[in-house]
Amino acid sequence: MDNILNALALMANFVFVPAIAYGSQLALGALGVTIVFGILRFSNFAHGDTMALGTMCTILITWWFQSMGISFGPLPTALLALPFAIVICSAFVLVSDRVVYRFYRKQKADPVIYLIASVGVMFVFNGIVRFIIGPDDQNFADGERFIIKAREFKRLTGLSEGISIKVSQGITVVTMIVVVALLFWFLNKTRTGKSMRAYSDNEDLALLSGINPDKVVAVTWIIAAALATIAGTLYGLDKSFKPFTYFQLLLPIFAAAIVGGLGNPLGAIAGGFVIAFSEILVTYAYKKFAGYLMPEDWKADGLIQLLSTDYKFAVSFVILLLVLLFRPTGIFKGTGV
Amino acid sequence: MFNRNVLYFAIMLGLIVLVGQTQSWNVALTITNLCIISAVMALGVNIQWGYAGLFNVGIMGFAAMGGLAAMIISVSPVQEAWSAGGVGVLVSLVLAAITIVAAVFTYRALEGKSFRLLALFIVVLAGSWAVRAFLDPATAAIEKVNPASTGYLGGLGLPIILAWPVGGIFAGAAAWVVGKITLGLRADYLAIATLGISEIIVAVLKHEDWLTRGVKNVTGLPRPVPYEVDLQQTQWFLDLCAQLGANPVTFSSIFVKLCYMVLFASVLLIILWFSEKALRSPWGRMMRAIRDNEVSASAMGKNIKSRHLQVFVLGSIVVGIAGAMLTTLDGQLTPSTYQPLRFTFLIWVMVIVGGSGNNWGAVLGGFVIWFFWIEAEPLGLWLMELITSGMAEDSALRAHLIESAAHMRLMTMGIILLLALRFSPRGLIPERN
Repeated sequence: MDNILNALALMANFVFVPAIAYGSQLALGALGVTIVFGILRFSNFAHGDTMALGTMCTILITWWFQSMGISFGPLPTALLALPFAIVICSAFVLVSDRVVYRFYRKQKADPVIYLIASVGVMFVFNGIVRFIIGPDDQNFADGERFIIKAREFKRLTGLSEGISIKVSQGITVVTMIVVVALLFWFLNKTRTGKSMRAYSDNEDLALLSGINPDKVVAVTWIIAAALATIAGTLYGLDKSFKPFTYFQLLLPIFAAAIVGGLGNPLGAIAGGFVIAFSEILVTYAYKKFAGYLMPEDWKADGLIQLLSTDYKFAVSFVILLLVLLFRPTGIFKGTGV
Repeated sequence: MFNRNVLYFAIMLGLIVLVGQTQSWNVALTITNLCIISAVMALGVNIQWGYAGLFNVGIMGFAAMGGLAAMIISVSPVQEAWSAGGVGVLVSLVLAAITIVAAVFTYRALEGKSFRLLALFIVVLAGSWAVRAFLDPATAAIEKVNPASTGYLGGLGLPIILAWPVGGIFAGAAAWVVGKITLGLRADYLAIATLGISEIIVAVLKHEDWLTRGVKNVTGLPRPVPYEVDLQQTQWFLDLCAQLGANPVTFSSIFVKLCYMVLFASVLLIILWFSEKALRSPWGRMMRAIRDNEVSASAMGKNIKSRHLQVFVLGSIVVGIAGAMLTTLDGQLTPSTYQPLRFTFLIWVMVIVGGSGNNWGAVLGGFVIWFFWIEAEPLGLWLMELITSGMAEDSALRAHLIESAAHMRLMTMGIILLLALRFSPRGLIPERN
């Protein structure tokens, strides 16, 4: 019995908890991508670098707060800085819309032109981030490190495997739930939210019924920037901030959005967790886990790892291909194909 | 119109000559060689984007396939590694092929059955287990063979020129797999899938030490041209130097670069000739018809998906050839140098700025953008020093600005891309109607 509990604790510690946190971060990122896709109708390649830009704002404000001696008790100061960072990041994104995308919207350009334009914006954002904060790792987490430490867990339960939950992981999940609840309330209950959904469903009909397209577009960008900043900050708190990593997050985020069905917010959340759990389950080494469940004299001759962690991006890619092969509209029907 | 295009190329030539005069001819020739390779890559992307409107964000991966081919073809085999694990690797490759065939067969045979996906899953899982059972011990044994200098299988020991077409085939094969799955769906899906495959190809190059030595790099690839040291000992070369009144040491390095240039330029001209022929043929007109209006082309009985697949593979082959040429020029395979910025997005800027849909435009874009990419660094540094010259010597801001000048290239390229896309979407040399 103890062995089974130990095995479960092991899985919870190394698979379940990290996957929930990572899944929440991906879900927030994918929500941003999917909302831009649903309303502005293009895949925003700049989203990863928007996340980096927003996170950089959070980091700079956090450092400024820290230098003034402001802190958030046991919670990271970055949470205090987050609202300000969202405002700055939204400003950047709105400027990019005014300078870049609006022109193509007026022209009713092909979606692929937007895609290329977003690559240009990606470059510029990436350049700004590297120019201001540099290409290196930045650690900006402060406050308490753990909600529950592995040692305490072992003492409480008497098991030989501990579960530790980092503060950043707790915050990630709570923030994700709050943000998603707010977003769905906004989209379903408020007038602006409803007009956004109408615009997404049928642009011409929405325009006929007097919806102001400029407002819809602006609100969409602000939401996308807020989601990007929050997702980026949470990821940075949980792991660390490095501009190039954020560019690489583009693949799992897009995979999450497509798996769930592009343009479908619920799908993006589900997709985020699908990608995160598969990535971690496939790259986890099951040697110790099997050791608890198998008979005493059985011994694994390898790590029992399906795929080395070097290839974690391959997991999102394979899932992406499988979804495109078997169900191109995603798990939940998106506006895809 | 024609005169303006000639003028562009003349200006480009003038710029290179200027670098030769002010910096050195060595630098000028290095830039020219890379310009030519960039132009070939841009031609490949132009085939995909300009002819057919396919957005490929994975150019890096296809170029890396070419680099891999250059290494595998040219390096001599490591006999001990082959005897240590060669059989295991070959067996696992065969098993992998069998798995794929079995998976496709299972999927087709069980059409309409409820347990189809489950059966497919079991086949793939069993197959990958079998592959790993042979591959893991084999690669471990290979990597143990003298890890400091080899620790990999080596290659075939053939002339490196052969690697250029082979690199094209490698890249084309990867493109076929991606294209087969994603073409026919939204353009965005192709973009994301190519982004993914390129990341994975580079990850394989970085981490499969038994194949590529990973981040330990494979250096000293054999050259298709003579070595400087040998030239300096050869009588006819010394005579030539004496005739020209040149220093044998500097002239040997220039001579080697000229040899490379002749090789690369011939490849460029051959590909350019074929591209132009293809573009003006009925095939080219059909591709443009598909690009401009898929629905009507489809109504005319054209199979859009298979045409797209064809053109996507063709373009990737050209990119693969360029990738192999680049690795040949470098003389080494360094997986960590494959950066998406340098190998994917820079090429895109070349095509958009040069003129999508026009082969000459792509070539010009390759030259212009590579030239400025290289020269932007000294220019940026100079600009930063000018801006900061009013600040105190020890100012932290000044140090930061000068240090960050290198990152300005990113932003500059982004701005160039956005400006070109907006104000000159047809490029320097627009497509002919």
